[in-house]
Amino acid sequence: MNRLESLFSNKYKEILNVYFTAGHPTKDATQDIIYALEQNGVDLIEVGIPYSDPMADGETIQKSSAIALSNGMNLSLLFQQVKDSRRRSNVPIVLMGYYNQMLQFGIEKFLKQCQLSGVDGLIIPDLPMSIYKNEYIDLFDKYDVKISFLITPETSDERIRLADELSNGFIYVVSKSSITGTSSNIDDAQKHYFERIEKMKLNTPRLIGFGIHDKKTYQTACNHSQGAIIGSAFIRTLNGSSDISKTISEFINRIR
Amino acid sequence: MKYQVDELGFYGDFGGAFIPEMLHSNIETLKSEYKKIIAEASFKEEFNSLLKDYVGRPSPLYFAKRLSEKYNTKIYLKREDLNHTGAHKINNTIGQILLAKRLGKKRIIAETGAGQHGVATATVCALMGLECIVYMGKVDIGRQAPNVARMKMLGAEVRPALSGSQTLKDATNEAIRDWINNPSNTHYIIGSVVGPHPYPDMVARFQSVISEEMKWQLKEHEGRENPNYIVACVGGGSNAAGAFYHYLDDLDVKIVAVEAAGKGVNSGESAATSVLGTIGIIHGSKTLLMQTEDGQIIEPYSISAGLDYPGIGPQHAHLISSGRAIVYHASDEEALAAALELSRIEGIIPALETAHAFAALNKMHLKKEDITIMCLSGRGDKDLSTFTAYLDKNPGQHKSDH
Ligand SMILES: Cc1ncc(COP(=O)(O)O)c(C=O)c1O
Repeated sequence: MNRLESLFSNKYKEILNVYFTAGHPTKDATQDIIYALEQNGVDLIEVGIPYSDPMADGETIQKSSAIALSNGMNLSLLFQQVKDSRRRSNVPIVLMGYYNQMLQFGIEKFLKQCQLSGVDGLIIPDLPMSIYKNEYIDLFDKYDVKISFLITPETSDERIRLADELSNGFIYVVSKSSITGTSSNIDDAQKHYFERIEKMKLNTPRLIGFGIHDKKTYQTACNHSQGAIIGSAFIRTLNGSSDISKTISEFINRIR
Repeated sequence: MKYQVDELGFYGDFGGAFIPEMLHSNIETLKSEYKKIIAEASFKEEFNSLLKDYVGRPSPLYFAKRLSEKYNTKIYLKREDLNHTGAHKINNTIGQILLAKRLGKKRIIAETGAGQHGVATATVCALMGLECIVYMGKVDIGRQAPNVARMKMLGAEVRPALSGSQTLKDATNEAIRDWINNPSNTHYIIGSVVGPHPYPDMVARFQSVISEEMKWQLKEHEGRENPNYIVACVGGGSNAAGAFYHYLDDLDVKIVAVEAAGKGVNSGESAATSVLGTIGIIHGSKTLLMQTEDGQIIEPYSISAGLDYPGIGPQHAHLISSGRAIVYHASDEEALAAALELSRIEGIIPALETAHAFAALNKMHLKKEDITIMCLSGRGDKDLSTFTAYLDKNPGQHKSDH
């Protein structure tokens, strides 16, 4: 069974998803980071495929991507690393990357590699739902790769329903209209937006991300959804780290 | 073959809107509104009167007698350099600012390479009293200083783009990120026929006034609307799109796109997208772009900040792939020599971008009876420091050889 499916059928709240960029801070850190996150109870790991032009990302993820690329990180290597990590690890893993990277790799080859290496799902922020629906839905099913679409405060109810229908991992609830990497508190407008989504009684579990950076924002997000995604805040702590597993356990202890 | 955009926003295999959900609502609004708004009588009236009295249109179609003699053919220059602010870019910014006002937007952002689009945006924002922020690569801020000063004089804020190669691509990334952060009050005025649908079509429509005028102007000069060739430089491709627009279905008119070869198409330092590019996604559009096998976008190079872009508008990708457009390449050196030639022969100093188009004249084997229209997209005041350095390196060129 797909690990995302088993996660969401067994756990309904306080799901913690942590994002990091593959190849950052070092090319070979991927497996160590996956193990340490899993050991510290992280429920789900989102691995970013470093990209030269990450349109929806703020400075932190841009910089981690640039470092990863200059470290020589690439997709084939990432698949190998995920595959190797599967010897010791069973945490659900989703890859997050931009559509162009998958197009160049070849969509079917990409999905096949996901299945072979043990990737459970994908987040592709610039893949339009319409194109997924018309061209790729069967291929994703064939290789048992789940997909999560994003919704934002600007997304119409109709499109939220469509994201609910098409997403089969989780729905990625973008906490506010922004790129990644902000770190302010969650304000009332955001809470109203979370409540509006809660009332829609969607079928797909929701994880709230963007700007989740500490215990308080994590808790608020969890109060309104099945869980939360932490990205830039985690990358910032990795930046200065000399002992990755210690840094990770301290970081997770600060969050929950 | 159909050369204009289809219902889904594609030109053949190219185009579309590959954008994150954060931009969806703005792009959707543009998509559903732009044709309606552009067709409104009040919009047309305001647009046309500003083009006439503020921009100074129609821009002349000038018979370049001495240049024609030199190449033993007939060459006309479409004088977009005489527009207010000195380039074709203002045709688009006038259109988009009127659209932005009708959409109720209060804040305008733009990207710029050469600074011409930034100046044209700052200008229309001053005209309409709207806040203006222009993203510009740090490298381009250095090499196009006069335009940076103009933008500031006009009240715009120029924000340096510090990522990547710090040029046009990176400025565009920053502008897109700004729009994600400010979706409700902001309109993004893209400066070329690039980006997600409907931008390429919308910008081409605003620039299409160039070829609309060319048709009746050439008829006045020559008794015929259609030249044998139309030549334009292509960065993203907006002056080219405007110059080609009303001729695309006239197959007797050969259309010629000139790309920047930088230090040579295969030198590793080039912006010759149609040769070096493969199909992929850049700035929300499926088009030809320079990228690695892994789909990482390659930093381009050209001496010209306005052509230093790793992609090409999706319509041009379609025109080139389908064989409708012919492509030539001009290196830095060839463009500089062409700029000098036009200055000395016709008394017109072209923008460095534009000079690339003129460098194609050497390569085209024009016949005596051929009529060619060159899109003279902009003037070269902004490039004087580059030209001066060129003259200093080539002392023989200091005096005219005529
Ligand atoms: C004078 C001039 N011509 C051409 C260009 C290239 O843009 P496009 O290909 O969109 O016409 C620029 C861009 O800055 C420009 O300033």
